[in-house]
Parts: sequence; structure tokens; C-alpha cells
Amino acid sequence: MNQAGNRTLERIVPPLWALLIALGAASMLIASIGGNPHQVLGLLSLGTWRSGYGFGQVLFKATPLLFTGLSVAMALEAGLFNIGAEGQITVGALAAALAGATLPVGTPHWLAIFLCVVASFAGGALVGGIAGILKAWRGSHEVITTIMLNFIVRAAMVGLGGTIFLRESVHTRPVIEAARFARFSQWLSPSLFKGSAVNDSLFLALLVCLLVWVFLNRTTAGFALRVVGASPGAAEAAGISPGRVTAWALALSGGLAGLGGCNFVLGYKYYYEDGFSGGVGFMGIAVAVLAFGSPLALIFAALLFGTLSQGGLAINAVVPKELVDVLEAVIIFAVAGTKWPVRRMLSRSSSKISSGEKT
Amino acid sequence: MSASVGEAAFALTLSAAVIRISVPYVLAALGGFWSERAGVINIALEGLLLMGAFAATVGAWFGHSALIGVTTGVLGGMILAGLYAWLTLVLRADQVVCGIAINLLADGGTRFFMKVLFDSSSNSPRVDAFDSLSRGGVAIHPIVLATILLVAVSTLVVYRTPFGLRLRAVGEHPEAAASLGISVSRIRLAGLLLSGALAGLGGVWLAADQRQFVAGMSNGRGYIALAALILGRWRPQTAALAALGFGAAEALQIALQTSGRSFERFGFALQALPYVLTLVALAGLVGRSIPPKALGRNEN
Repeated sequence: MNQAGNRTLERIVPPLWALLIALGAASMLIASIGGNPHQVLGLLSLGTWRSGYGFGQVLFKATPLLFTGLSVAMALEAGLFNIGAEGQITVGALAAALAGATLPVGTPHWLAIFLCVVASFAGGALVGGIAGILKAWRGSHEVITTIMLNFIVRAAMVGLGGTIFLRESVHTRPVIEAARFARFSQWLSPSLFKGSAVNDSLFLALLVCLLVWVFLNRTTAGFALRVVGASPGAAEAAGISPGRVTAWALALSGGLAGLGGCNFVLGYKYYYEDGFSGGVGFMGIAVAVLAFGSPLALIFAALLFGTLSQGGLAINAVVPKELVDVLEAVIIFAVAGTKWPVRRMLSRSSSKISSGEKT
Repeated sequence: MSASVGEAAFALTLSAAVIRISVPYVLAALGGFWSERAGVINIALEGLLLMGAFAATVGAWFGHSALIGVTTGVLGGMILAGLYAWLTLVLRADQVVCGIAINLLADGGTRFFMKVLFDSSSNSPRVDAFDSLSRGGVAIHPIVLATILLVAVSTLVVYRTPFGLRLRAVGEHPEAAASLGISVSRIRLAGLLLSGALAGLGGVWLAADQRQFVAGMSNGRGYIALAALILGRWRPQTAALAALGFGAAEALQIALQTSGRSFERFGFALQALPYVLTLVALAGLVGRSIPPKALGRNEN
């Protein structure tokens, strides 16, 4: 009982603490350049959430973060660090865009969406899978290989651009009408979400969150993945091949990141465009770190970072919008830097209790 | 006759370009060497370069002196590396997570303070003080000479001194090192601060070369340096050679880009080359690259 309570505290305290630290750091930073922290933080929260458009944009920006956060979080369950979400979402988005543009015009809506979503998953899985196979086959550290793959993807896009982009542009042909996700402003509430790009891929994100949770907690393969993450030695003893699990776990993780490309390609611009991701691959790491392995917390973390990236625009008139990038870094530092101290504190206090019981 | 003069001039420009491009790669790779051989993964090289460039620009601008710029650039790198050290060594935070966040902080933080100091988050004004650093050409440039010297000294110190032995011991087997009374944290701190200073100097070069700070001007160079370090199998001289090779590939790519349109399509292959080679090396297809054993592992 006490053990379980400790474990919960160990998981929950760092993110909460991180939010406090981030709030403090933000106030200090704002005050140091002569701003009014109260006003800026007010703009950051109300400037986004109060208007229908702002709220829609928060959801729109949280959508790819759900995918990349989930991608990183799932790899972490397998004890793997996927830094490659940036490259994976790029290839995923490109795959969705090319698939959607090549489909014949008469394709039924559900089929077109399905094929494009599968294409984006496959694109991301391909990139993640390379890292997975290298790790399983040669033991190459996935942190380094995924970083290198990010840059290989970037270079490849430079090379491909000339052939797949439309003339004088940095984007591909648009996908067919049938392959487009409906925007909230089109069916839910035209007045509330007016002008915002939030679209049905948000539901895909939530559905995938649920599926991953079920997969990890209710299936044999998911169990194998978690065992390998917790102890590769134990997994091997139990007849699970850590190498094989590693390979498909990274492919799966890459696929999840690849799905994130759907938000932009199938829900917003309807084509692949250079530099569309805006760093959501890296922000996924922050989301996963803040989410401490809980799907609900993942949604919360994606909303928080979505608010921050939208909020930058709201505060820019008063303080430089780059404040939010600094805040993101501070949040990551605070979560990562609190884990060990909290664990040590809890283990000390529980060992005090148990030694107290003995005497 | 005139063709051969033209070719000689081209070769000279190209080799000058190779040196100009390689300096930050070599310095950052050397910085990575110092922290990784002590067992601390240095994904933060990218941010350290950027911080060095920013601090150098601010120092040279407000101090009206290149020397002040060099000093603040190196110190800037060390301060950011110090933050990384505090997080990973004292608070035992995950090295990869913090490295990523350091890069995020450097990118956002420099833009933020650029806006505050120079009222533009993308470009600083031209820093005339840097002119004195660019006089004399690249061959006998003080920072180029320093870079060559630093590679040699790093090799000597790591393989021939007690400190170097301790550093390697901490990177390979921290528990054994600790049992011999070596303070793992202190050695790693030293490695990280050196790392920050070297990468900071690399950043100074970037800013001095452009005579200004441009947001995000490190542009992935820290990761190329990391690739050079891996390809050079975590040794200073081979890492420096790899960095020089990457610099040459990039110089060639730029030369091809400006020479004619028919080559442009293949520029991306040269751009991808460092990363592909690193993957190949990590996979052990051509001489396997094996990292320090305790790399990335915090003390328990």
C-alpha cells in the first residue's frame, strides 16, 4: 500500500512541481525585462482559451503533439528513446500527401481517409523501423541513429523537393477532396471555431491514444514490450526476444509519429509543405516526459504545450514570443530534474517509517 | 595556362572554405569528446555552439572588442554546460532529455534576448569588432591554430596524464573509479565544462565568420559534430579528421551548388553523407564504433 502510494507520488510530484517552477521562471524572466508577469500570463492563458478561435487553435496544435508525445511515450515503455519523431512525422506527412494526391477522384471518403492514414503510419514506421532494426541487429544506440535519421530525412527532402513539389513552390500537389478531414468549423459550430484549422484528426489522435493504452495494458504483445522495457534480462528468461520487440516497438513508435502528419496534410493545408512540422517532433519528447506514462496526463500535456505554442502569438505584443520556448525547456528541466530527488526523499521517508516500526 | 591558374585559385578557395566550415565542427566534436569520454552524452553540443555564438556577439558588441567576444563566447558555452552538469550530475536528470531541453533553451533563449537587446529576434546588427578576428585569412588565424593545438593537447591529456586516466575510468566504469576514491561527479563536471568551453569557441567562430549573430545559426552543426565524434570512435584526432571530412563534403556541396545547375540535384547526397556514414559506422559495417561503456548512465 505504502509502496504503491510512493510510486504514485514519484510519478505525480515531478510534473506538478515542474509547472510551479515554470510559472516562477516565467514571472522572473518577464519581470527581468520590465514586463508585468500577471498581464503576460493572463494573455497566455486567456488570449488562447477565451476565444473560440484561440481554443480551436490550441486543439489544432495539440493534435500532432498527441501523436508525437504518444510515439515517444510508447518507445519509453519499451525502454527506448525515440528522438526521431521529427523525421518520422515528416515522412509520414509526405506519404499521406502523395497517397492522397494519387488516389482517383471518385474514391469514397472513408477509403481515401483510411488509405492516407495508413500511408502516414507506414511512412513513419519505415523511418522508425530502420532505427529499430539497427538496434536489434547491431546494438546501435537508438538515440544516435534516430538523430541521424532526422537529418537524413531532411537531406532527402532537399533532394526530392525538385521532383515532387509543384513548380516554384515548396509543397506537393493537394490531396483529393475525399481524403480531407472535416474541420470543426464545417460541422460542429461554424461560429465558435471560425477560422481555426482544428479538424477531425483530433478524434483520430484520441482514438489512437486509447488503442495504444489497450495495446500496452491488455495484449500479450504490449505486455512483452513493457517487460523488455522494465528488464531485458527477465524478458529473455521468459522467452521474449528483446531484439525482436525492440525492432517492432521502434517501428510502431515511428508509425505513431508519422500519423501526426495527417493533421497538417489531411486537415489543414491539404498538401505536404517544407518545414510544416515546426518542431512538434521534439516537443513530443516534452509531452511524453510530462505525461509520466498516463494517457490522461498525455492529453493534458499536449493541451498545455498546444496552449504555449498558440499563446506565443498572444503575448508577442508585450514580450518576445520566444518566451514560450524557454518555458518549454524549463518544464522539461524541472520534470527531469525532480524525479531522482523525489525518489530519494520518498525512499528515505519510507525507510525511516519501516525502521521506526522495528524498534 | 589560364585554366591551371583558375584551377589553382579554385583549389585554394575550396581549401579555405573547408577550413572555414570545419573549425566549428572540429571544436564541437572535441567538446563532445571531453564529455562523452567522461560518460555524459552530449546531445547539447548544438545548444552550446549557439550559446557561444550569441554570447560572443553580445560581448563583442557591447565590449567593442573581439577578445571580449571570444571570452564571453567561451564563458557562455561553459555556463550552459554548467547548467547541464547541475541537472545531470547533481539532480541526476536524464542526460538525453536534458540535452534536448538545453538545445531548446539555447534556441528560444537566444531569440528572446536578441529581441530584448537588439529589437530583432532573428539578426543582430553587424559587429565591427569581429573584423579584427577575420584579418590574416584562415590559414594563420589564431582560432584555427588554437583548434589544431587543442586537438593535440586533448590527445596528450586524455591518454598521458592522471586526469585523463581518471576521466576515461569514469566514462568506462564509474563504480570502479568511485571505489578508488575518484569523485565521479567532479571529473564529469570538468569534462562538461571543457566541453562547453570548446563548443563555445566553435560558436565564437560561427559568429565572427558572419560578423553577427543569426537566430538558429548553429543549424545542426552540433549534431554533425556528434556524428564526427562517433565516426572518429571517440578519439580526438580521428574525430577531428572526420569533422574535417564533413567540412570538405559541405564545401564541395556549396561549390557544386554555385557552379552549375546540373550538379544541384546531387547536393543532397553530400548533405546526407555524414549521417549515413555515421549510421554505417554504428551498425559496424565498416569498423564498428563502440561508445564509452558508461555513456548516458547516471550514478546510482
